[in-house]
Amino acid sequence: MGFEVLLKGNNLARLLGGLGVALKISLLSVCISLILGTVLGSLMNDRHPLIKGVLRGYLEIVRIMPQLVLLFLAYFGTTRVLGINISAQTASILVFSFWGTAEMSDLVRGALSGIPPIQYESSMALGFSDFQTLVHIIIPQIVRRMIPLSINLITRMIKTTSLIMMIGIVEVLKVGQQIIEANRKSDPNAAFGIYFTVFILYFAVCWPISKLSRYLEKKWEA
Amino acid sequence: MISYFPKYVEAFWLTVRIGWLGIFLSIVLGIVSAFTIYFRIPVLSRITGAYVEIFRNTPLLVQLFFLYFGIPKLGLSVSAETCGIVGMGLLGGSYMAEAFRSSLGAIPKLQKESAEALGMTSFQAFFRVILPEAWILSIPAVVANVIFLLKETSVFSAISLMDLMFTAKDLIGLYYDTTEALFMLVVFYIIMLVPVSAAGSILEKRARYKMFGE
Repeated sequence: MGFEVLLKGNNLARLLGGLGVALKISLLSVCISLILGTVLGSLMNDRHPLIKGVLRGYLEIVRIMPQLVLLFLAYFGTTRVLGINISAQTASILVFSFWGTAEMSDLVRGALSGIPPIQYESSMALGFSDFQTLVHIIIPQIVRRMIPLSINLITRMIKTTSLIMMIGIVEVLKVGQQIIEANRKSDPNAAFGIYFTVFILYFAVCWPISKLSRYLEKKWEA
Repeated sequence: MISYFPKYVEAFWLTVRIGWLGIFLSIVLGIVSAFTIYFRIPVLSRITGAYVEIFRNTPLLVQLFFLYFGIPKLGLSVSAETCGIVGMGLLGGSYMAEAFRSSLGAIPKLQKESAEALGMTSFQAFFRVILPEAWILSIPAVVANVIFLLKETSVFSAISLMDLMFTAKDLIGLYYDTTEALFMLVVFYIIMLVPVSAAGSILEKRARYKMFGE
């Protein structure tokens, strides 16, 4: 079935190393997205037309453009048009943060718009400043709704990172391909075993995280 | 740039065809899975439950590699196009199943009880009361999934289907006209997705009227 290849040499370790590369990139982008997304999301309900328009446009671009196209634009496009030469890793972190920030800010906006206006009015009547209202009144209320949704976003970002192989980063799928190529003669069926393993690896990473998100959602619903 | 145009148009139709066939398949799969889970059909609900978990927690690219390069080693060979449609259907099916299941679950029990109190059989209650309500409730999630799936079609180039992404990569490799190739790529994705996104917004708005309006 092609599973024997995994035990040859350090093939399994190499696959795991590849997964590590993918995870490193996704976790870095997750951190950036969570922070920037929260900031942008709180601005999203701003009434200033310019801020509103720019943010809307940004969300719409992310909603419509496939992440792979954004990756190509960042990796091949910038070099050609702007003459900057960024590494594939930098390009992918940039793109995933760009995408994740939009998703996160939309989640924050959704949670914020679920807060009834009377909350703002009451805290204003009690003499809170805008900033104090946000920190002491609003954020404690939306955190519980936000955490399961953001954990869900993390699994989506991890899954999307598999695209980085298309711009030449050596991650788990690419390592898998290399192993299959190297053992073409001795193990013609390696493709089944290797790709099955990669499949299981991704599942092993994402499944516990989505379980956690589902668990927290249920727990805090009541 | 003009000379590339026919190539892109051809790739565009391929992407659209695979995308929509895959989406159709995923809606069918999603409805079937959601029903088996909702009615707790003994063995089947376990299977569909596992299917949904597995496909929701792995990337499409990895699924396609497994389907296209892995499965043939077992002696079952399929064309890239079939593989793309099946892969998209399986991935989308798990997302759609989740959307339908959660909207079925969101209908209050009271609805079913009231329908039965009015003398409907549980069959009638489901098809006349619960299903129409759940259907409307699921529209926003279904629209989001359709857009998500159409975007995911960009991954097909990895199994050498001549889709938009593949064409762009090909042209970059052949002529080094990176700027033009990428520009056309963006334009064609806009042509493909903006109408869907706009139609989705209208549909969502009408669904909201149905729920809260009148």
